[in-house]
Amino acid sequence: MTKRVRLLVGTRKGAFILDSDVSRRDWSISGPLCEGWPVHDLIVEPGSGAILAAAGNPWYGPAVWRSDDGGGSWSHSSSGLTYGDEAEPLKTVWSLATTPDGALLAGVEPAGLFRSDDGGGTWRHIEGLTNHPTRPTWGPGAGGLILHTIVPHPSDTNRTWIGISAVGVFETRDGGVSWEPRNVGVRAEFNPENRFPVTGQCVHKFAMAAGQPETLYQRNHCGVYRSDDGSETWQEISDGLPTDFGFSLVAHPRDPDTCWLIPLSVPEQGRYMPDAHAAVWRTHDRGASWIRSDDGLPTRDAYLSVLREAMARDTLDPVGITFGTGTGQLWHSSDEGVSWRMITDTLPEIWAVEAVVLDD
Amino acid sequence: MATVLLPSSLVALFPGVGKRHQIEGDTVAAVLVELDRSVPGMRDRLVEAGPRLRPHINVFVDGQPANLATTVAPSAVIHVLPAVSGG
Repeated sequence: MTKRVRLLVGTRKGAFILDSDVSRRDWSISGPLCEGWPVHDLIVEPGSGAILAAAGNPWYGPAVWRSDDGGGSWSHSSSGLTYGDEAEPLKTVWSLATTPDGALLAGVEPAGLFRSDDGGGTWRHIEGLTNHPTRPTWGPGAGGLILHTIVPHPSDTNRTWIGISAVGVFETRDGGVSWEPRNVGVRAEFNPENRFPVTGQCVHKFAMAAGQPETLYQRNHCGVYRSDDGSETWQEISDGLPTDFGFSLVAHPRDPDTCWLIPLSVPEQGRYMPDAHAAVWRTHDRGASWIRSDDGLPTRDAYLSVLREAMARDTLDPVGITFGTGTGQLWHSSDEGVSWRMITDTLPEIWAVEAVVLDD
Repeated sequence: MATVLLPSSLVALFPGVGKRHQIEGDTVAAVLVELDRSVPGMRDRLVEAGPRLRPHINVFVDGQPANLATTVAPSAVIHVLPAVSGG
């Protein structure tokens, strides 16, 4: 059976689909899809192969888009995506994930979690998170009060982790009825009176290590962390990185010791790649050391930013890594992040990248 | 029945749906509920929690700015327009 690689790209002005064979050298581009709506996240539903897009339109509101024919035609729904008429309206859908029992989860702004058991046609509010006792203290990051990361346990349907900026990581172990903050050991440098609060950390992204559900890697506003106990405690693994800041992080699909990330200058210094020298950093030893990779990337005058959802990996061997920039460039490595080539530099502002391997 | 005129960018979200509709209802809110019966999901594109019209959606009844509570006469013409905003 022939395989091919598909990149799903969410931008400020619609979704795009890029296709290549497994060499990952030449790509075709189609789009914009989803009627040009801003798209924050894209996933593929296991089993059906449907593409789902998390979106929010300044005029027409939030919705989850769905295509069952590989992006040729789309429907959309926000049925049930509401906190009720007495509460603050939803602005947009920020994140999507599938659960091991076949449901969909959606993270939204203002921060909250919704579940769909019919493929995104209708949604149900997971009230346990919104009703958490710390909810009145939640404050937004620069991108708003957003639930941007959802990591379901791969086999235990009762366990899910979510990340909210600038609130932190939460975990449920009872299917969403109750939630616990999981931020022990994570710095909040912007809170000098209490650098280690229970909540208030600015988590930017986290990912699960391959085959090790108790190991999580976290990209935070203030450093990079790893947890080896299912997020109950975090150890900082920032030593060797050029800055404290960045948004993106992806974990290797088979090697639990490897992940990639892109450090950026701190917000007050521009949020671009340090010294305008583009580089992706990776660890092969769980964050004990970091390797800078810039082969093929611009090493001067590269004022590039990469947002939290805008880096992805495929599952081929060697693994392909792709990242998109805030200025519409899409870069790809087909050798696990050692060397890089630009796919295109003419897309709109890139917010999300997902990579899938398809069987023809 | 009121005549409801929808913008191209809105009907593009509902393949096969036209821009002109004849809808019954004595308020803008009632018209949008009725419109949603024939085009499921349409109301969610125009109305947010409150309920109120989305911030960048403008509705005019017989040429006058309207909200969900605005009265609609049987012969009214209702224009739904996206506001001039964005970039």
